[in-house]
Amino acid sequence: MPLLDVLNLEVRYGGINAVKGISFAVEEGEMVCLIGANGAGKTSTLKAVARMLPAAGEMHYRGERLDRLPSHALIGKGLALVPEGRGVFARLSVAENLAMGAYHRNDNEIAADLERIYAMLPRLAERREQLAGTLSGGEQQMLAIGRALMGRPKLLLLDEPSMGLAPLMVQKVFEVIRNVAAQGVTILLVEQNAKLALETCGRGYVMESGKITLADTAANLLADPRVRAAYLGE
Amino acid sequence: MDILLQQIFNGLTLGSIYALVALGYTMVYGIMGLINFAHGEVVMVGALVALSVMKPLAAAGLPGPLVVLVALLVAALVCMALGFTIERVAYRPLRNAPRLAPLITAIGVSIVLQQLAMLIWGRSYHAVPPLLPAESHEVLGAQITELQLIIMLVAALTMAGLILLVNRTKLGRAMRATAENPAIAGLMGVDANRIIALTFIIGSALAALAGVLVSANYGIAHYHMGFILGLKAFTAAVLGGIGNLAGAMVGGVLLGLIEALGAGYIGDLTGGILGSHYQDVFAFFVLIVVLIFRPSGLMGEKVSERA
Ligand SMILES: Nc1ncnc2c1ncn2[C@@H]1O[C@H](COP(=O)(O)OP(=O)(O)OP(=O)(O)O)[C@@H](O)[C@H]1O
Ligand SMILES: [Mg+2]
Repeated sequence: MPLLDVLNLEVRYGGINAVKGISFAVEEGEMVCLIGANGAGKTSTLKAVARMLPAAGEMHYRGERLDRLPSHALIGKGLALVPEGRGVFARLSVAENLAMGAYHRNDNEIAADLERIYAMLPRLAERREQLAGTLSGGEQQMLAIGRALMGRPKLLLLDEPSMGLAPLMVQKVFEVIRNVAAQGVTILLVEQNAKLALETCGRGYVMESGKITLADTAANLLADPRVRAAYLGE
Repeated sequence: MDILLQQIFNGLTLGSIYALVALGYTMVYGIMGLINFAHGEVVMVGALVALSVMKPLAAAGLPGPLVVLVALLVAALVCMALGFTIERVAYRPLRNAPRLAPLITAIGVSIVLQQLAMLIWGRSYHAVPPLLPAESHEVLGAQITELQLIIMLVAALTMAGLILLVNRTKLGRAMRATAENPAIAGLMGVDANRIIALTFIIGSALAALAGVLVSANYGIAHYHMGFILGLKAFTAAVLGGIGNLAGAMVGGVLLGLIEALGAGYIGDLTGGILGSHYQDVFAFFVLIVVLIFRPSGLMGEKVSERA
């Protein structure tokens, strides 16, 4: 049974049909990416999975109907989203943002997890008391990822973590993501940077104007002439 | 007698009450961008419920401060239930409606509450029994009553508690996160509905306290006392920068001071043309001036993105 199983997902904004009945699945322990051009419907898909948007279709998470849960119940089930544009709480400090990530937890390992995050993301450790709104884009992305990890997710959805970052910072962010995956967290990654996404993940889906047009292993997609032409600039 | 110092004492007393009420406006605005115009009426309900509890208890001969404490407790519970109900019934169904809809609803809720209060407590002015110590002391040539001291102290302690709650607790952190971005806070497991309900409940408890204090201060309570008080507290919140807790406190105290000083000096300033009953005009005049130069209030951030 897949960790996440999506069937005929459909998202509409008024008259616009942004996601047109797509189906996909993510197995436990996988790294899967969803690539596609601007406006293909990637963010809408992730938001629908995170129950931030009304959507039609069925979504199963560990066999449970996801589409019947409110958004705020998801993290308790192990599903976290790092949203497009990071979505850090600008007026909260770095430490408070990370604490928010552990909001649903009541165990006594929160402090230890916090230190682990700081060890993994030392730039954040140096800026604990700084307001998140004053961090650089890359630091904010690190914070958004760290905050999601504070919730101890089993499935992490990432929406364009490389957006707006300089190449060196993109490398660092992806290093962190690989690191997280190595610790056993399942990852569904949305990216514009198709090459990097396919090199990082095991499998991929290609989305075009609301539909999934290709689904294959990352290696096959990287070799596919259609992908090379449309997304790898060849 | 030192008029300046005297008016400062009076202004601080009044201002601490405005601040308590202003906090209710600002907390709700901060978290959901709504101006809850019915908040002043919750203050009124608090005052009148407390009064209804005080009368029989005082007649039974219980000690004054104990009676006030019990009355405050009952009033706070009633107001918290009322605030919760108002949010649930009047505002929640309009959460995604155009901004004007909840605003008009708020005015409707005010009218309903006022009319209900009129039916329950009648149209007359009620004398509030003087149950708290009110002895007057001379300080540097001005008179300050024990009641004034109690009002300032209770308000200050309550506000300090609120600041601690908002800035130092997990709930407060979730409130601030929700105010900034409810959808993202939801991803962290925060149920925005619960936070919003709690915000109304906390604001209403402050309103009940303010109602008890203001009616003790003036010695009267009546069914339409909430309107002008609410308007002034809203003014105080805007003056300080609506959405900003510290701003509401500063705005409230400032407004109280402006009003008291205005009332004390307006006669002299205008050569006797305007009397002290023009104090309200003075307060609103200052608001207008502040808003011309600082449209987002004294402590507000540059025009909030949700406004
Ligand atoms: N709130 C909205 N209201 C109306 N239309 C929307 C809304 N959000 C997205 N859309 C539309 O839905 C379509 C898909 O948008 P979406 O954000 O899901 O694309 P995307 O694949 O994430 O694009 P990008 O790579 O640029 O982030 C677009 O045509 C967009 O204009
Ligand atoms: Mg997107």
